[in-house]
Amino acid sequence: MTITSTDPFQGLRVAITGGTSGLGLALVRELVNRGARVAFVARTRERVEEVARENPGAHGIAGDISVKEDIYPIAIQITGELGGLDVLINNASELGPTPLRLLSDTECEDLEHVYATNVFGPFRLTKALMGALAASAREGRGAVVLNVLSDAGINAYPGWGAYGSSKSALHQMSRVWNEEHAAEGVRFLSLDPGDMDTPMHEAAIPDADPATLKRPEQSAHEFLEAIAAALPQAVGT
Amino acid sequence: MLAATSAVQRPVDAKLLVVDSQRNLIHVPRTAFVEFLRPNDLVIANDAATLPASLSGVHEQTGKRIEVRLAGRHSLDPMDVKRFSAIVFGEGDFHTRTEDRPLPPPLQIGDTLVLGPLRALVEELLGHPRLVSLLFEGTPDQIWSGLASHGKPIQYSHLQTSLELWDVWTRIAGPPVAFEPPSASFILDWHVLSDIREHRAAFATITHAAGISSTGDEDLDHLLPFDEPYHIPLATAKAVELARHRGGRVIAVGTTVVRALEAAATEEGHLHSGDGVATGKIGPATRLRVVDAILSGTHEPGTSHYELLRAFLEDSTLQRATGELIAQGYRTHEFGDSVLIL
Repeated sequence: MTITSTDPFQGLRVAITGGTSGLGLALVRELVNRGARVAFVARTRERVEEVARENPGAHGIAGDISVKEDIYPIAIQITGELGGLDVLINNASELGPTPLRLLSDTECEDLEHVYATNVFGPFRLTKALMGALAASAREGRGAVVLNVLSDAGINAYPGWGAYGSSKSALHQMSRVWNEEHAAEGVRFLSLDPGDMDTPMHEAAIPDADPATLKRPEQSAHEFLEAIAAALPQAVGT
Repeated sequence: MLAATSAVQRPVDAKLLVVDSQRNLIHVPRTAFVEFLRPNDLVIANDAATLPASLSGVHEQTGKRIEVRLAGRHSLDPMDVKRFSAIVFGEGDFHTRTEDRPLPPPLQIGDTLVLGPLRALVEELLGHPRLVSLLFEGTPDQIWSGLASHGKPIQYSHLQTSLELWDVWTRIAGPPVAFEPPSASFILDWHVLSDIREHRAAFATITHAAGISSTGDEDLDHLLPFDEPYHIPLATAKAVELARHRGGRVIAVGTTVVRALEAAATEEGHLHSGDGVATGKIGPATRLRVVDAILSGTHEPGTSHYELLRAFLEDSTLQRATGELIAQGYRTHEFGDSVLIL
């Protein structure tokens, strides 16, 4: 992809959780190619270092957003290394135990773990970074938080209760935040990437035909178009 | 004054002493702050997040335990994190009053300090056994990672529980460049910012690397505040011009905001946007060129913060206000009560 002076992502400061596989990795790659300043977060240090090596300029941060004590160390590395933040993509997700099980067969502890990653993690990280995002909006750079939704957060599918209800909670949080921070210029998006050919999808539906699934690169590109549309026109130009 | 001993940013019983333009002293709950705003006023706060600037470790040459408190930096550049000035204490931690902390082992140029995952070289001695310039090993990302995993917020013995970053980051915290929290901004949350808008006043920020407030050493304390880099966004400079044009007041939230704005001010009271370094002290002889009013913590006579307040008020009124703060049981230090000088 060619970098042009009008690319809205040129110089934009973007943080992505779950940045070492699937959709998150595709986002890291496209953003780096388009000249964004990228920090990405994932749990496994070795994998973080590998992705950082493959994407020169990207800042890799090892941390687990489901762990309360990891949130501020993650947040300070994001804003420290990028000098602020324009876009936060809460992408890291936890499916729960596989094979997927009915909600009434789901252990409470498993539900808690899914919520820790899919609801409390994005909540805590967004809250810790809200000051940086609001500052970016005040300076006219714009500020966008993209929370990665799922069709299972809207429609009810047997077996998808833990994951789906957590995504539903994240979706509603996004909507409320979007109302509460509109005056500050911080926009919240909650978008479903569709059924993608990713490790998570394979864990959920092992016998799915990959040929019928979206490439994560396509969803990543669509997400970036949505973010660009939510930013002020002048950003990056 | 009583020390505030709980790490609560917005206690429900927080108090505010208002000194109005007629020099009346008015006691109100701190949540009433916005009631004193007028349309077109501009409230400016420091949006610096606080670094975990206290690093425990070992002086490699002697094996002695030390605590390093990062205290200064040349710029706010995210990648400019290899060099810091620092205060070094001997064994112990915040539970001991800084005045009672032992000196570190004698430090020499070239000594290595092992601070958890970080290693730093003593690059320069800065004229006091506690004060040095450090050069950290590793890439900027490795230094940020080490600070994030090993550092703790700087704190003092009036707080007994160990502080975490969430205790000291303000709601508006952005770039992590402050060595101690810009605590006057603890008053702000998203609801208060909404109230400011409802009062048809405006809100803007600067970023200022607020330095340490006390070293426990009289000679070193005399040097405070150290030089502090800052950034004034263009949007903030424009907001100041707009407030001036419309007859609004510029109200600084905290002493660091006064320091940055006055450092960036021209003789005529205009504001340069961009990066700079605040040097020198603000005191009774300072003619304020941009800031009209200050919302601050309560400060005790003799501190550099108190001296700064003398730029806003004649000594007799400031002494009267200090007497009221003591008589009415106001709390001091970073989690204490507040004063608004209009």
